[in-house]
Amino acid sequence: MGPNFSRESVVNAVLALALLAAPLVAAALDEPFYVALASRVAILALAGVGLNLALGTGGMVSFGHAAFFGLGGYVAGVAALHAFEGSAFLAWPVEIGGSESMPVIWLAALVASGVVALAIGAVSLRTSGVYFIMITLAFAQMIYYFAVSLPTYGGEDGLSIYLRSTLPLIDSGDPLSFFLVCYALLLLALFLAQRLVDSRFGAALQCARMNPERLATLGIAPYPVKLTAFALSAMATGLAGALFAELNGFVSPAMLSWQRSGEIIVFVILGGVGRLFGPLAGAALFILLEAFVGGWTDRWQLVLGLVLLAVVLFARGGVIGLLAGRARHD
Amino acid sequence: MIEPLLKLDGLHKAFGALKATDGVDLTVLPGEIHALIGPNGAGKSTLIAEIAGGLAPDAGRVTLLGQDVTGWPVARRARLGLGRSFQVSSLAMEFSVLRNVMLAVQARQSGARGFWAPVRRDERLRSEALGVLDRVGLTPRAGDPVSALSHGERRLLEVAMALALRPRLLLLDEPMAGLGPEGTRELTAFLATLKHEAGMLLVEHDMDAVFALADRISVLVYGRIIASGTAAEIRASAAVRDAYLGDRPC
Repeated sequence: MGPNFSRESVVNAVLALALLAAPLVAAALDEPFYVALASRVAILALAGVGLNLALGTGGMVSFGHAAFFGLGGYVAGVAALHAFEGSAFLAWPVEIGGSESMPVIWLAALVASGVVALAIGAVSLRTSGVYFIMITLAFAQMIYYFAVSLPTYGGEDGLSIYLRSTLPLIDSGDPLSFFLVCYALLLLALFLAQRLVDSRFGAALQCARMNPERLATLGIAPYPVKLTAFALSAMATGLAGALFAELNGFVSPAMLSWQRSGEIIVFVILGGVGRLFGPLAGAALFILLEAFVGGWTDRWQLVLGLVLLAVVLFARGGVIGLLAGRARHD
Repeated sequence: MIEPLLKLDGLHKAFGALKATDGVDLTVLPGEIHALIGPNGAGKSTLIAEIAGGLAPDAGRVTLLGQDVTGWPVARRARLGLGRSFQVSSLAMEFSVLRNVMLAVQARQSGARGFWAPVRRDERLRSEALGVLDRVGLTPRAGDPVSALSHGERRLLEVAMALALRPRLLLLDEPMAGLGPEGTRELTAFLATLKHEAGMLLVEHDMDAVFALADRISVLVYGRIIASGTAAEIRASAAVRDAYLGDRPC
């Protein structure tokens, strides 16, 4: 506090600058692959920032965040399809067509994942512990199979997005511009997450994690606090999903799979549970392992497993914990 | 007639064949410390949970400040004016002492609302919380994490958090548990100064503290109140001596 920066904020700033610098250098060297790789990191980190709010701050181990990630992806895919065909998504009672406008798609992704999270959370948060993990997984699997059985939107094969949606003044088709958009959204989400954790709501949410019974005896019912946090968490992950589909030009049920839910949990754990920049560190490490170890051997996930094992056994604070020391609570 | 802060009417709760609460009637009047004593397994914890809202009675009514709160959840009873301390310290362990109390003050001021302003710089919250810490003598520990507190200090923080709610009724579940003789004496003196601020239902095993503090004592045995009266009456009661006090070498 005060003007002296903590070691953690220095680590955070270095991470943020590194993520910005890498694609700038790659773009200057005309290496679009690495620009896209940086976009992947930014987007997956955003998904992780969402989950970290539920898992890290609120202690809700959701094994179903791929539902929101995929939902955001399908919002982007479905909007692009209807815009491309000129057909309507919904004809009655109000006509809703497709959209090529990125902000409209973002808004739709935020609303869709928020509403679905309220419904899933309202049921799941009646349980806790292992039951909560299993019930969020079950909901995500239901949505996965729903998408698989939806021939209008590609079923198992998924949907291609032929034209990336557009932003005013920015050429979203340019890889570097698209990265900068994702990066800006990631920073915005990190800023909002920090404000939220430091606020009254955040204090109540943390107490709901540490000791829900105590929170209730102070006059704050834990359930609505957790439900709100769960929905906000899902919204960030849903927005990331929309960006991910636009990055790849493709959305399929794989985005909704339980493996994807597991990956988002891995980002959070690798980076450091409950640490603000943990998801960024975790997603970056994950993507780097995938790109570089994966380029050398197909069994890169064996290396990932070993790294994860090492983190869980020896560095509970994850990458951020290793670099910045233990979390400070005041 | 003065309206009681707390009124229990014919409270019943059974776990299978075990009658944990068996027709309990009890009141706490304003300005009164009503102590509840009884041997282990008498149903004191069950009764506390029924009053606080964690456990629903099978039959009977809980009236708090004139309102029937029998079906109310814990948080709503707290907002009405019920402060409680736990038998086993129940705190937000990773937070500092001050943040714990700030949480209690925040709850009374506006609940969980406020997504934006950082609590750390909320002067209204800080100063009120520091004031409460000062009253229990924990000011020097304000910045320390709760996990670093001694057992006795945690007991005091329990009381501070209950006080920060500005309750009308305090439900104190063995506040002296594990305190040394010195700590017990200090807390006894402090509680005596509080009773005109909030009435108390005091569950306590330390008989010296009970006899020093209580205006009325009720004795709970096997879920029933077998005697109720002033300290002198309870001391003199043969039934109580048989059931409870007789166990102790006097």
